[in-house]
Amino acid sequence: MGTMLRVEDLHVYYGSIHAIKGVSFEVNEGEIVTLIGANGAGKSTTLNTVGGLLKARSGKISFMEKDLHGIGADKVVAQGMALCPEGRRVFQHMTVLENLEMGAYTRPSSEVADSLEKVYQLFPRLKERYRQVAGTLSGGEQQMLAMGRALMSKPKLMMLDEPSMGLAPILVKQIFSIIEDMNKQGTTILLVEQNAQMALSVANRAYVLETGRITTSGDAKELAESEEIKKAYLGG
Amino acid sequence: MLANLINGISLGSVYAIIALGYTMVYGIAKMLNFAHGDVIMVGGYVAFCSISYLGWPPILAVLASVVVCTILGIVIEGLAYKPLRNATSLAVLITAIGVSYFLQNAALLIWTSNTKVFPNVFANLPAIQLGGTQIAPVTVITVLANIVIMIALTLFTSRTKMGKAMRAVSEDKGAATLMGINVNRTISMTFAIGSGLAAIAGVLLCSAYPTLMPTTGAMPGIKAFTAAVFGGIGSIPGAMLGGVLLGVIEIFGKAYVSTQLSDAIVFAVLIIVLLVKPTGLLGHKIREKV
Repeated sequence: MGTMLRVEDLHVYYGSIHAIKGVSFEVNEGEIVTLIGANGAGKSTTLNTVGGLLKARSGKISFMEKDLHGIGADKVVAQGMALCPEGRRVFQHMTVLENLEMGAYTRPSSEVADSLEKVYQLFPRLKERYRQVAGTLSGGEQQMLAMGRALMSKPKLMMLDEPSMGLAPILVKQIFSIIEDMNKQGTTILLVEQNAQMALSVANRAYVLETGRITTSGDAKELAESEEIKKAYLGG
Repeated sequence: MLANLINGISLGSVYAIIALGYTMVYGIAKMLNFAHGDVIMVGGYVAFCSISYLGWPPILAVLASVVVCTILGIVIEGLAYKPLRNATSLAVLITAIGVSYFLQNAALLIWTSNTKVFPNVFANLPAIQLGGTQIAPVTVITVLANIVIMIALTLFTSRTKMGKAMRAVSEDKGAATLMGINVNRTISMTFAIGSGLAAIAGVLLCSAYPTLMPTTGAMPGIKAFTAAVFGGIGSIPGAMLGGVLLGVIEIFGKAYVSTQLSDAIVFAVLIIVLLVKPTGLLGHKIREKV
């Protein structure tokens, strides 16, 4: 299992605010890796920078041995990396099917039907509602649509930003079990979560971010047991 | 009565075709391209030159006009608006007004301020009789062109990959980028389509009202913008509906109320509609989801 994504000494600024201060981490093929941390620690910023939506001031991001420096977000997808953004951001006025088709924008149309079938297997609910306008779906369904849409690009690495946000506990469980399924089917996962407990329970490894720096990293199960992490992020 | 209605629908069809350019560009780039009316004028002049100076057949002239305006639209977007992608909307608006003046004055230099008489390109076609009313061929062609364009655009945005990508960009540029959609190219494409339509509108407008000056596009441009807002800016069927209604109101106002006041009536109706329904007749409700 080789290293799929390697981030080295990443620095990101919002204007004069130094948001990410030298973050380094890696994701190996086949893993579920999670970045956890409090609100404002820089989790989403890190993910958006890797995904090409934000520009790093300095540092190196390489994916499958390829330097991603200066590659725009629209080109990153074709490299095999998909970002399922915070707040889902499905196209509200488009149908479920159209949203999924947009996910496959970079792929030849002959392969779309096949991927669509796979997504429908993971999310039967989306198949039931394929003609419905996305804005009329519930929050959980929209999250499923956002994940399905990201899967349509057939990514090697899927980055998920707060997939549990605003969902009822039972839905959170369902979403996380789907994340595990996606991983079993061969997609490597980089997961950003505020729900540290859930994230650590599915992940192989974890990094803890605090105000733009990685403070702790290691095996997810061990971190879940560590007193420090329990106190700071797991509510006791 | 019938003649007025038909004239109104015909004039409204021209407004509608222009309004489509406004509404598509607004929907996707979230900017008001006030130079759009002047692209119509350029389209009119190109067709005029092709026919009167080069002796080209009308079909070829229309084609030349569409090609020139499409390229003009892409160039305007690339040179004037693209560098301002992240600027405030006020800066973009002022730039659009600047481009409008630039085009008018460039036309003044090239074609002078003398009024050109646009040739009757549909002279060979017979007029149609309908219940004792004679309908000019240009009227029929304008209405038909409007219908064809509306159907084509609806199919384009609902069926084709590029059209769907345009809708995706108009909703959420960031999310569209994450799909692998090149946002800049999509915006440029939108300007190309809008400007190509402006060329067609230019030829139709000049065929119905055959005087051509550097300011010819200004007033229809503003009326079409009004039509787009009237119908709900950003909405393709809205632009159509708004355009046709505006044309009918204008002609009826001219015929039955007062020639001088017809424009005032048009804008009064707009104000009333916006007071009752601020997003226009077919505009999307703006939902804020927290």
